[in-house]
Amino acid sequence: MERITAERMSFDLTKTPLRDVNHFLHRSLKDGDDRHIEVQNPDGAHSIAVGLNHPVTVEIHGHAGYYAAGMNKLATVVVHGSVGTGVAENMMSGKVHVKGFASNGAGATAHGGLLVIDGDAGLRCGISLKGGDIVVGGSVGSFSAFMAQAGRMVICGNAGDALGDSLYEAVIYIRGEPKSLGADARFEPMTDDDYKTVGDLLKQAGMDHDPRSFKRIASARNLYHWNADANQEY
Amino acid sequence: MDMKPVHIKRRSAEESASFDRRIIDYIQNAAAHGLYEIRGLGAKRPLPHFDDLLFLAGSASRYPLEGYREKCTTKTVLGTRYAKKPIELEIPITIAGMSFGALSANVKEALGRAATEVGTSTTTGDGGMTQEERGSSKTLVYQCLPSRYGFNPDDLRKADAIEVVIGQGAKPGGGGMLLGQKVNPRVAKMRTLPQGVDQRSACRHPDWTGPDDLAIKIQELREITDWEKPIYVKVGATRTFNDVKLAVHAGADVVVVDGMQGGTAATQTCFIEHVGIPTLAAVRQAVEALEDLDMKGTVQLIVSGGIRTGADVAKALAMGADAVAIGQGVLFALGCNSETFVRDGQHYSAIEAYDALGTAPGFCHHCHTGKCPVGVTTQDAELEQRLQPEVGARRVRNYLKTLNMELTTIARACGKQNVHHLEREDLVALTVEAAAMSGIPLAGTNWVPGR
Repeated sequence: MERITAERMSFDLTKTPLRDVNHFLHRSLKDGDDRHIEVQNPDGAHSIAVGLNHPVTVEIHGHAGYYAAGMNKLATVVVHGSVGTGVAENMMSGKVHVKGFASNGAGATAHGGLLVIDGDAGLRCGISLKGGDIVVGGSVGSFSAFMAQAGRMVICGNAGDALGDSLYEAVIYIRGEPKSLGADARFEPMTDDDYKTVGDLLKQAGMDHDPRSFKRIASARNLYHWNADANQEY
Repeated sequence: MDMKPVHIKRRSAEESASFDRRIIDYIQNAAAHGLYEIRGLGAKRPLPHFDDLLFLAGSASRYPLEGYREKCTTKTVLGTRYAKKPIELEIPITIAGMSFGALSANVKEALGRAATEVGTSTTTGDGGMTQEERGSSKTLVYQCLPSRYGFNPDDLRKADAIEVVIGQGAKPGGGGMLLGQKVNPRVAKMRTLPQGVDQRSACRHPDWTGPDDLAIKIQELREITDWEKPIYVKVGATRTFNDVKLAVHAGADVVVVDGMQGGTAATQTCFIEHVGIPTLAAVRQAVEALEDLDMKGTVQLIVSGGIRTGADVAKALAMGADAVAIGQGVLFALGCNSETFVRDGQHYSAIEAYDALGTAPGFCHHCHTGKCPVGVTTQDAELEQRLQPEVGARRVRNYLKTLNMELTTIARACGKQNVHHLEREDLVALTVEAAAMSGIPLAGTNWVPGR
């Protein structure tokens, strides 16, 4: 730990082991602690700022590896760089903002909170989403929102194959085109509520596209119950 | 169960071995419905198992310990490799992961109480941790499953150990299934899904693919919990030698190997009976993998899948397991397949409920329907009252105590002051198949097929 001031502090990962940084973030903060913490020289390390449980702000200056801000609760984590697989996986609340690109499984199983990715996201973005919100400034890879159960996903670019495969109750808004839709996913008409939702999420993400340029994708709900006559084709 | 004698007038009228009545019934059922059959519990076919091993025990060349008075410890420590706080258990017999959803909240509470009383651990399942089980369990293992239903960092921090589930013996390579009739409002809420919808659990984890990713995932779980909690990796028994090695390489503290006799709440019958390898073969491969890596004693091995008796526990330990996990045995102890259920000390017949399912005590495997006649595998508000937590807790406690007494009886007879001192040398095999699978010589010989 170095350069400690009352509200702002900074860790240099070339000097302080990651385990000590995470331990500090878990054990040395008091309830309601909203300090501003900088992480320098992340150098692609995995599991930076995972399991946070306080409304602090953590800024990571550089690229992060797998599971950056994994299982986040309450905290705001900003990555000034790109991230590896599973950024903000299983997030419960708070906000994670990636200024660069994200690899596979971004926001996987997130139960709450907001994940913003300014660039593109890889395969399976928002897989098994459980109530969190995701806004992607660029495009997403194939199998994004696979089995997504709840929450909303706003894609400002395009999507790969099988977007929204086996969707449950999550809703996808896309500005560009998916290469293909997955089983049980379908386009639906946008309502006023949808335009408002997209507008709100874009605003929170700091993006200024016209909500009217987005289309809605949701579940046709044909997979909700077994259907012997469907011949496993939906 | 209509089993009237069949009178055969001519020899040519004999039942076919390939197309017997069971197979004809299967074909005609498929023809009628166009769907595979789903059921609960584990493989029912005969398999080489621990019954095919025997203990040699003490005699002139080894001397036994006196059965009641001489000390025989059963203390078991799991998670000594990396975890700051390993799990310490009084007995090497743990309760396997079973979901709230598959089981009622009453049952989860009963299991926690029983495990706590005998000093062992119980395990959550798909669907997350209930307050009932956390409150009643001194030592609770929290599963991280592909579906991540109800998975959250608060419960992760409340857990005593974490089990990353890759597969299950009843259905290695298969995801889970909870049919809509068991998805009541509480289950639906915990899983973030609409009530009454069939719930498919994915067969692969959402945020990692392959063993190299798994190593990073395990590191993340350790970072979140500040390296305190043991991390188990559970695999369904298939290519067990390689899978165990990969789990160890990925950084597991404990590897759990679940053989094909392991149970399920709802899986396709073709899966239960035809995928995976028997527990007997899996234990041997798992132990060889640990020995090959010189990790025996550093990484602990838990074996599950058809562990029923104290003798089974003793044989698993002698083959090299550090502990066992029991699922189905515990359900039977609770009253699964019993003719009666108990309410306020009175026995009541459950036969009508079995009839409604078209089955009878001793044959029932209808866990998937949620209409459990004895209130074990149900979410029905009426039926779940058929299993009161205190009754269930007492039965499971008695069962686990019995197993532990049997285990120490055998260990003492083999001259061991510690059940973990049981060794392969204490065992012989009864059949050629068991000898080949377990690597233990056929009784009366020093022959192991293939060696």
